[in-house]
Amino acid sequence: MVQTVVFIVLAAILVGSALGVISARNPVHSALFLVLAFVTSAGLWILLEAEFLALVLVLVYVGAVMVLFLFVVMMLDIDTDTLRQGFVRYAPLGVVVAAVVVVEIGYVVWTRKLGVTLGTPVPHAANYSNTRALGDVIYTTYAYPFELAAVILLVGIVAAIALTLRRRPGTRSQNPAKQVRVSAKRGRIRLVKMPSGHGRGGEAP
Amino acid sequence: MTVTLFDFLALSGVLFAIGMAGVFLNRKNLILLLMCIELMLLAANFNFIAFSRYLNDPAGQVFVFFILTVAAAEAAIGLAILVVLFRNRQSINVEELDSMKG
Amino acid sequence: MNPAMPTIFLIIVLAPLAAAIIAGIFMRFIPRPVSHWVTTLGVALSFVLSVYVLWQMLYKGMGNLNVTVYNWGVVDNVQFQVGFLMDRLTALMITVVSFVSLMVHVYTIGYMADDPGYKRFFSYIALFTFSMLMLVMANNFLQLFFGWEAVGLVSYLLIGFWYTRPTAIYAGLKAFLVNRVGDFGFLLGIALVLTYTGSVNYAAVFAYAPQLAGQHIQLFPGLAWSVPTVICILLFVGAMGKSAQVPLHVWLPDSMEGPTPISALIHAATMVTAGIFMVARMSPLFELSDTALSVVMIIGAITAFFMGLVGIVQNDIKRVIAYSTLSQLGYMAVALGASAYAAGIFHLMTHAFFKALLFLAAGSVIIAMHHEQDMRRMGGLRKYMPITYVTFLIGSLALIAFPGFAGFFSKDTIIAAVHDSRRAGAGFAYWCVLLGVFVTALYTFRMFFMTFHGKERFVVEPGGKHDHGHEDHASEEHLAPGHLVHPPKESPWVVTVPLILLAIPSLFIGWLTIQPVLYGGFFGSSIYVAPSHHVMQRLTGEFHGAASMVKESVTSPALYLALAGVFVAWFFYLYAPRLPALLAQKLSTFYQLLFHKFYFDEIYAFFIAGGTRGLGNALWKGGDGAVIDGVLVNGSARAVGWLSGILRRGQSGYLYHYAFAMIVGLCLLLGWLLLR
Repeated sequence: MVQTVVFIVLAAILVGSALGVISARNPVHSALFLVLAFVTSAGLWILLEAEFLALVLVLVYVGAVMVLFLFVVMMLDIDTDTLRQGFVRYAPLGVVVAAVVVVEIGYVVWTRKLGVTLGTPVPHAANYSNTRALGDVIYTTYAYPFELAAVILLVGIVAAIALTLRRRPGTRSQNPAKQVRVSAKRGRIRLVKMPSGHGRGGEAP
Repeated sequence: MTVTLFDFLALSGVLFAIGMAGVFLNRKNLILLLMCIELMLLAANFNFIAFSRYLNDPAGQVFVFFILTVAAAEAAIGLAILVVLFRNRQSINVEELDSMKG
Repeated sequence: MNPAMPTIFLIIVLAPLAAAIIAGIFMRFIPRPVSHWVTTLGVALSFVLSVYVLWQMLYKGMGNLNVTVYNWGVVDNVQFQVGFLMDRLTALMITVVSFVSLMVHVYTIGYMADDPGYKRFFSYIALFTFSMLMLVMANNFLQLFFGWEAVGLVSYLLIGFWYTRPTAIYAGLKAFLVNRVGDFGFLLGIALVLTYTGSVNYAAVFAYAPQLAGQHIQLFPGLAWSVPTVICILLFVGAMGKSAQVPLHVWLPDSMEGPTPISALIHAATMVTAGIFMVARMSPLFELSDTALSVVMIIGAITAFFMGLVGIVQNDIKRVIAYSTLSQLGYMAVALGASAYAAGIFHLMTHAFFKALLFLAAGSVIIAMHHEQDMRRMGGLRKYMPITYVTFLIGSLALIAFPGFAGFFSKDTIIAAVHDSRRAGAGFAYWCVLLGVFVTALYTFRMFFMTFHGKERFVVEPGGKHDHGHEDHASEEHLAPGHLVHPPKESPWVVTVPLILLAIPSLFIGWLTIQPVLYGGFFGSSIYVAPSHHVMQRLTGEFHGAASMVKESVTSPALYLALAGVFVAWFFYLYAPRLPALLAQKLSTFYQLLFHKFYFDEIYAFFIAGGTRGLGNALWKGGDGAVIDGVLVNGSARAVGWLSGILRRGQSGYLYHYAFAMIVGLCLLLGWLLLR
């Protein structure tokens, strides 16, 4: 019963925040609504006993990705008014499409009686650890996909850096490699032989 | 009355539909498009986790794990592209990005 | 049977081939004398062995031999072999071919002495001899066709021997193309033979022949033809091409562009007789079809008379002889058509000797005149070249069938045979060959008088410019006289010896051989004549020896027609030389018709060549240009362009359009999955 109440409340917040994401006038508000949606989802996932992923969602998404979104939104000088042009004009179309999708998904779910046959989940034991269960699977069955995921993240990092990196001419920077390879013999010091008494300055004092 | 799988699936369906509608509504703002995609991904994740729970199979959660990974990478690259785009065009208005017009 | 015989046959065939290969492939490494020695000796070897074979047959009682030397392939139980059928017909042919070829080889040494293509020429004529021997000795249709095509090929090479002359190239091409028409018919005939008898071997085909008689074939729906008729007419189409019968005769006069020895060898004595030989060889088939024999006879009669008429107005000495060849080939075809195969082959043999003689003598004249061939620039050569004069006269008398000479016996027999024949068209053919005698005498002695008698129509200018004045051929009268640097003189011995050697058979061969060849059953089983067709048998009763034949000729119209021809020639060209031009003016239409050779060339050029070009043009512009280029190539490109013009409207370049498309597609796909 408590679960039901929690579910209804969280679901309402989730739907409301999702609507906020797509309808907010200001992109910053949108991003914040999205943060709210993620946090609420995390709550719902805990309700589904997926604690590890719920926390990861909060940490990774709210803590990293959404911060990145906010950062970008704020960094870019966006003229939000022009970007919102045609919002009203396209609203009915969006609503229709959304309604069609909802009907279709509802139809699937309803006609296939999934909710009925799988109505009650198996309760876990008291000492059940979601993290351990997940780890058991990831590091055994899904070890290679896991490695691949790591590679994908690496590629993502490299790609993001490579895309945004720019060389500004005229900036001063050190070249450590060059500094390390310095040698006294090769060009660092030049010894010039000067016979005494023949200097340009004329007579020696 | 208990919470059934159907409730979660319905919720995720609604969430997905909202994300999709968002693509229509905010069709000019690239950042919002990305956010809507995040919403839709979230809906998909919801399905995975719900099924994982009701089928008592942690494999579904593993998929969510991977989706999160890929989504994070995607968000990072997408935002990087967006930044570069803005730097070059001084705009993220999708309507101005029509150099691929056939 | 002599066990060495197959080897001898092989040597007969292969000796000229080996000589041709040595002279041809090692052309750059051997000196000139080697090339003529090796080819002459190769052909001489063939000749000696041919005579040996003939002698064995005649006096040692050697029977017919059918030997297979090599099994080339078997396809669907049809055997393709290389083999030799040696009977008296073949033996006679190889002897004639190798003898004439040998004479021509010797003659060529003198005639081509200063030609840069000397070694090539010897290689070609030896190769030709090989091809002709292959053709003649074949024991199956495939080998016959091989020889048939090979002589065609060598003929092309030799007509176009002086390949820097456009006319020679054109003539070679023309010979090749016209022969192709004939060969196509020939090939179809062979294909029909193979279809109906299941074999290409003569023996098998002839054994099967009687069963062919009753069969019919529907070339067009509802129109049944007798199979032997179709086969024989198709085979005769091939013979028409090779033996230059109307209407496929047009290549032969033009082939005079080749060197004179070639005209003698190929276009008089051997290759053109291949068609005649083939029909005689196929006598078991031809005897089955009266229709086909009538066709042969009528075609031959037309050729014999009308081509002779054309010969009257020609001015080029070689062309006159070429037209006489056409006319004589017509005589042979008439003989075949009358089922008097033996007479046809007999005429073929005598003709080979005297026609080669005439050509070589003409060549001798041409050498003396420094390669001037126009008779209007000759005259009075008798006193300069006595040997050529005498031999030419012998050849001419043989050609006009003057009693006692070789041509007389054969031609008179043909006329008698046609007179006796009851075949459809025999009446027409009889008049053609009879009047042909007058025409033959007229053009032959016109040529003879213009060349050797009368006043000299050339000027000898020592040190004068070497100008032959070829450019004013067009003007008919008042032709400028030819110029010679030094007076014409008799040709060297390599030229005159063959003339003399050929003059001997031209004189006597008729006397000696008419009795055995025509009436003595010489050909035995090699020529089959149906009993009802046996013209020769009926003639046998009237034959009382060569001498009495000469005596009886006094009462025949042919002799008087020939004498009339000689007289007319004398009257027009020696007694009143102005008259021909006057007559040509009076009878301008007729003269022009003859002068343009009945407009065959013009008609072919207009209808066949023009039609082909028109068709090609239509296919090019309509088929290739409009359909392939226009519709298929450019059309498909345009269609793709048009379609992409429509499709590109979908490529707005806007990200959200693509996203919309994806979403709508997703919805539709889901809907389809749900509602199906």
